[in-house]
Formats: sequence, C-alpha cells, structure tokens
Amino acid sequence: MNNNSMITIKNVNKTYDNLTALHDVNLDIKQGEFIALVGMSGGGKSTLLRLIAGLEKPTTGTVDINETETKSLMRVMFQEDRLLPWMSVLDNLSFGSKDKNTKAHAQELLELVELGDYVDHFPNQLSGGQKQRVALARALMSHPKILLLDEPLGALDALTRRKMQDLILDICQKQNLTTILVTHDVEEAARMADRIIVMKDSTNSYEEDCPKNRNAGQIGIVADRVLGEILEEPTLQKQTA
Amino acid sequence: MQKPIALTNNKKSIRLPVDKILPFLIPIIVILFWQVSSSLGWLSSSVLPSPMAVVQDGIKLTQSGELPKNLSISLYRATVGLLIGGGVGFILGFINGMSNTCRLLFDSSIQMFRNIPHLALIPLIILWLGINESAKISLVAIGTMFPVYINTFHGIRSVDPDLIEMGKSYELSRSQMFFKIIFPAALPQILVGIRYALGVMWTTLIVAETISASSGIGYMANNAEDFVDMETVILCIVVYAVLGKISDLVAKSFESLLLEWQNTGRSNV
Ligand SMILES: Nc1ncnc2c1ncn2[C@@H]1O[C@H](COP(=O)(O)OP(=O)(O)O)[C@@H](O)[C@H]1O
Ligand SMILES: [Mg+2]
Repeated sequence: MNNNSMITIKNVNKTYDNLTALHDVNLDIKQGEFIALVGMSGGGKSTLLRLIAGLEKPTTGTVDINETETKSLMRVMFQEDRLLPWMSVLDNLSFGSKDKNTKAHAQELLELVELGDYVDHFPNQLSGGQKQRVALARALMSHPKILLLDEPLGALDALTRRKMQDLILDICQKQNLTTILVTHDVEEAARMADRIIVMKDSTNSYEEDCPKNRNAGQIGIVADRVLGEILEEPTLQKQTA
Repeated sequence: MQKPIALTNNKKSIRLPVDKILPFLIPIIVILFWQVSSSLGWLSSSVLPSPMAVVQDGIKLTQSGELPKNLSISLYRATVGLLIGGGVGFILGFINGMSNTCRLLFDSSIQMFRNIPHLALIPLIILWLGINESAKISLVAIGTMFPVYINTFHGIRSVDPDLIEMGKSYELSRSQMFFKIIFPAALPQILVGIRYALGVMWTTLIVAETISASSGIGYMANNAEDFVDMETVILCIVVYAVLGKISDLVAKSFESLLLEWQNTGRSNV
C-alpha cells in the first residue's frame, strides 16, 4: 500500500451459500483515480462495489478506506435512480442532511446538472436521464470523496448517455473524486477511466491503463483490447494489440 | 382526479360540466322514476313510500330531534370503533412488518382470528358486554382492525428494497428509516386498508345496531319496522347510503392530499 492510495482491497473473498461471487480480489485504488470495472454479467462487479460501499461485508479479506473522516465519505449511484417518489427534487437532494445551507447547495448542484428549473418537480415528472442527473446531484450533496457508480447510465439512450458521461467526468475531475464506475460498455470505460479493470471468473483478471488525453482512435483500440480480454478472443487481441 | 377529455379548448368548456353531472344522472333518474311511479299509484306506499314521503319523514324526525340524536350516536360508535380498530391494526401491522420475530410470533394467529367472520361474534359479545356502547364499539373495532392490519403489514413488507438499501448507504437510523422511507412508501397501501375499513365500519354498525341497541340509526330502522313505519325504514337506508358515500369522499380527498405525488405523473411512466 503506498501513501496516496484511497481504497485497498486485500485477498477479498465473498460467497453466498455455495456460490463464489468474488475470489481473491486484490486491488489498490489511488486518491483521485477513475476506475472502470467491466466484465460479463454475474462477474462480481456489483458485489465488489457493495463491499467497498460497506453495504456488505467480505467473507474473508479486508477492504480498507484510507480516510480518517468517514462520515459521508462515499456515495453510491445505481442504474435505478432510487429517488423517493413522494419527495420533490429539492427534498430528494436535502434528504439525509441537516445542514442550514442545504437548500442553497442543492440548488447549486441542480444548476450544475442543468436541472435548476426542476426543484419542485416530483421524480415521476422527469425523464430517465433527468432522474439520473438528480441522482447524481444527490450523490454529490454531502461532498463525498469517493463516488461509486453501478451502471448508472445503463438505462439511458445513447445521446443522453454520452452527455452524462461528459458531465460525470467533468465533475469527478473538478472535485478530484476517487471514482469507481461499473459498466458493461467497454467503450464507455475506455472513454472515461484512467484504469480499466476486467472482472472475470469472480476476480480481477486483467487491467489496462488508459492514455491521458486520448482521441477517438485510442479509445477504440483500448475498448477492443478490453473486449477481447473479456470475451477471450485471441484474434481480436492480436489485431488490436 | 379529473381527466381532461377534451382535445381543444372550446370543446373543453362544453364538456367539463358533463363530466361533473354524469355520475348523478342515474340516481336522479331512479328517484324521478320512483316518485312518478308512486304518484301514479303504480307503487303502493306499503311496498315503497314515495321519495317525497321519505323526505317529509326525514324533516319531521329532524325537527323532533330523533334523527340527529340517533345519527350522532351512530357516528360516535363508528368513529371510536374505527380509531381503536384502525389503531390496533396499524400497530400490529407495523411491528409485524418491521420485525421478523414479531411476524413469526403473531401473524399466523392473527390470520386464524381473521378467518372468523366478525359478525359471528355478536352473540358472544352481547353475552360478555351486554348491549351497551362497548359492545357495538368492540364489534366495529374488531371488524376494522383486519383490513388496516393486512394492508399496513403488506405495505411495509413490499417497500422497494432498493430504497431501503439507499437509506442504509445514507446511514439512516431505524426511526429515520421508518419515517423517511418505509412509512411514506407504505402509505398508499395503508390508505387502501383504511378505505376498506370504512366500509366494514358501517356494515358492522348497521348489523350491530339492528340486532341489539336502544339508539342509533340501525335501532331507528329496527324500531320503525316494528311499527310498520315504511318511510323511516327507507330513510334509515338512505342515511346509511349517504354516510357511506361521505366517508368514502373523505377518504378519497385524504388520499389525494397525502399522495399528491402520485397524481403528478406523466402518461409515459
Ligand atoms: N445477495 C446475493 N445473494 C446471492 N447471490 C448473489 C447476491 N448478490 C450477488 N449474487 C451472485 O453473485 C454473482 C455476482 O453478482 P454481481 O456482483 O451482481 O455481478 P455483476 O454486477 O458483475 O453482474 C452472481 O452470480 C450473483 O447471482
Ligand atoms: Mg451488476
């Protein structure tokens, strides 16, 4: 473990009854790093995220968060928006915080996700993309240091998805967040992440560092190589290697 | 909720009143037909008195104070019974919904008790409590307890686990979890139970008052029957219908007030 690592995962195993969801996972995530977890469905990506979030405990091994201030340190965002349907957008953001400046801060974040005019709307009055932006704003409310994203854009159409990718990336960079994004879209991973980790057979089997300031061509190459790793297609790996 | 049926503005101004009048059309036609039949002598007043005769009877009984007195005693029994039964039902639904231990301990016994038609308890309750107020109130309470219990229980049990997990990740305390997530999520279902309980409340009270009481609308009807006072019998039935309708309206407006968010949806959700 080096000095600026934020999350340290050591020899983590997670089993449900007889099913092994995670097997001997070791991972070190640096402060400010943007990690993408990719892999086939059922590969243990969500399980790993839930362990990091503290929503579940590992069967064996340790997940260490190297921060002394643990209050509202992490926020999770899921594929479903998980907004409370009986609360207005503003109340959904203020949910769980008792700060006096909550309202102003919420308003500020809603402006940031371009929903400044929607404070009084209820979630069922918004489109899927708008709801996810509210969920993103809510996740940012408590000034988290770590943002955990479990396929947050999975249900969105391609255009909205692309805009949301840019928005998330922009926010994560500006606020220097340590981010873990679970996605089934290798293209998305290659566009957004500093480092892509492939989850296969319940463990992190492969990783790939992404070039800084990458162009569309580089994104395509990285995406193809990662996809080849996931699907174990040697031809695809050779072509793009 | 009023549905906007008109496509254009000028059509809307013509159609909206129709929307409001339509539900009353059938009752009005029935009453008119009834009145005409009575006036023309098709209906003997010993079979069915005319609406006018019933109204006159209502005015007479109101002036004598008999109707208001019986009405208020019935309302009192209904309300107190519902408050007790609904309260107990809610508390049982709450603890069984929140705690697995409580559910294992109580639920199957409650389900067994629920399968006894509560009106079958009337003889027993009269033997225990006589024909005083507590007998009628207990019957209403027993009858209204179950719908509130079942719906509170299921409402709490079927809260979206995703929302509960969300609350966990916000490190909510148990009480915050209940008040901020579980209760509001279960509220629509709880209100369904309350609305159903209101129906049970009136039915129970009518039967209880008809069988054993010395006051109340049910007693009035039963007493009128002894004197072959057809107008008062019909009047009591009408009063029950109106009371039922009013409690349903109250419940509905309560619902639309508390569940405002449900009515704001777009058509594509
Ligand atoms: N709560 C649970 N109980 C039992 N099995 C689970 C549970 N959560 C996940 N699993 C199993 O663990 C494996 C990994 O699941 P998950 O982490 O959700 O995969 P991914 O997110 O990569 O699609 C799957 O086989 C899944 O069925
Ligand atoms: Mg998953």
